[in-house]
Amino acid sequence: MSPIIEPGPEGGFAIGKIDQLLNLARKNSLWYLLFGTACCAIELMQTGGPRTDADRLGMVFRATPRQSDVLILAGTITYKMSSRIRMLYEQMAEPKYVIAMGSCANTGGLFQESYSVVSGGDLFLPVDVYIPGCPPRPEALLEGLMLIQQKLEREPWLKKAWSGTPNQSDPWLKPRG
Amino acid sequence: MNPDQLHKRLQEGLGIEIEWSEGPVDPFYLIPSDFWVKAGLFVRDATDLSFEFLRSLCGVDYPDEKSILVVAHLFSYQHKMPLVLKTKIDRDQPKIESLASVWPAACWHERETYDLLGVVFTGNPDLRRILLPEDWVGHPLRKDYQPPNQYHGIPTTRPVVDCDGEQL
Repeated sequence: MSPIIEPGPEGGFAIGKIDQLLNLARKNSLWYLLFGTACCAIELMQTGGPRTDADRLGMVFRATPRQSDVLILAGTITYKMSSRIRMLYEQMAEPKYVIAMGSCANTGGLFQESYSVVSGGDLFLPVDVYIPGCPPRPEALLEGLMLIQQKLEREPWLKKAWSGTPNQSDPWLKPRG
Repeated sequence: MNPDQLHKRLQEGLGIEIEWSEGPVDPFYLIPSDFWVKAGLFVRDATDLSFEFLRSLCGVDYPDEKSILVVAHLFSYQHKMPLVLKTKIDRDQPKIESLASVWPAACWHERETYDLLGVVFTGNPDLRRILLPEDWVGHPLRKDYQPPNQYHGIPTTRPVVDCDGEQL
């Protein structure tokens, strides 16, 4: 459910529950961490570029995990990198979301049997959206980000924030699919 | 300089017998491991050779022969010719002197060889693992390597499932 937004000549108004208004704000300022581990990062940069233009949906890249809402696992993840990625994830403030972008971040991809590559980002992080492709096109990544928007729109985040730590058994917190 | 002349030049420069072979791709020269750094210094400094560029340094595991070959690919920009030097070391006690004092580029190549094959290069200024985490156990490019089941709680294998979620 989204709040009712009524535009007017003197500035409009919006009616909804606090959770809905809060989510409206959150949804339109989905900042992602500018972080890539392999070639998918090129498509990640392209998504922020003028042709795909994620900015128009309020998605701006941030260079620090402390200001980011979304961690995009863009590229092959090695075991050596996995502990660094986990550190980045832990530095992000709640609420936070993870996108596994491309075959490598989904399952290890081409390098699944390798001695040094993690067979999928979901083995060490709670992944919300999986995007197939090698690499996925910027349009696909943008759709993945929009799925995150749809997901957080339904989250009663205010209730969760007041009740202390997020409840892991909450159906809204669980990855879909 | 053709391979035969190069072989003669190496033998007179080092004062020892050196095995060599035409090889499947490039001719290579098998240097005794005691002369490894001496040979490096010689081919770098001799003016008619001047192999000043280390293209790559790696290792090859031969479990049947209980040996590891350390291979150095060199190139001379001055004389526009390549050179391949190899040396054989014991597989159970893989230890050899570092070439990092001859070509600084050898440092990271030796770290990789140490990481993946477990060859210890004495005299390397910074002999740590380079590709794998520092607390990794084993050397993955050894033919008898068994990968661990998990690393810091991350499973190293992923179950293969079909589109209905059934495990194959």
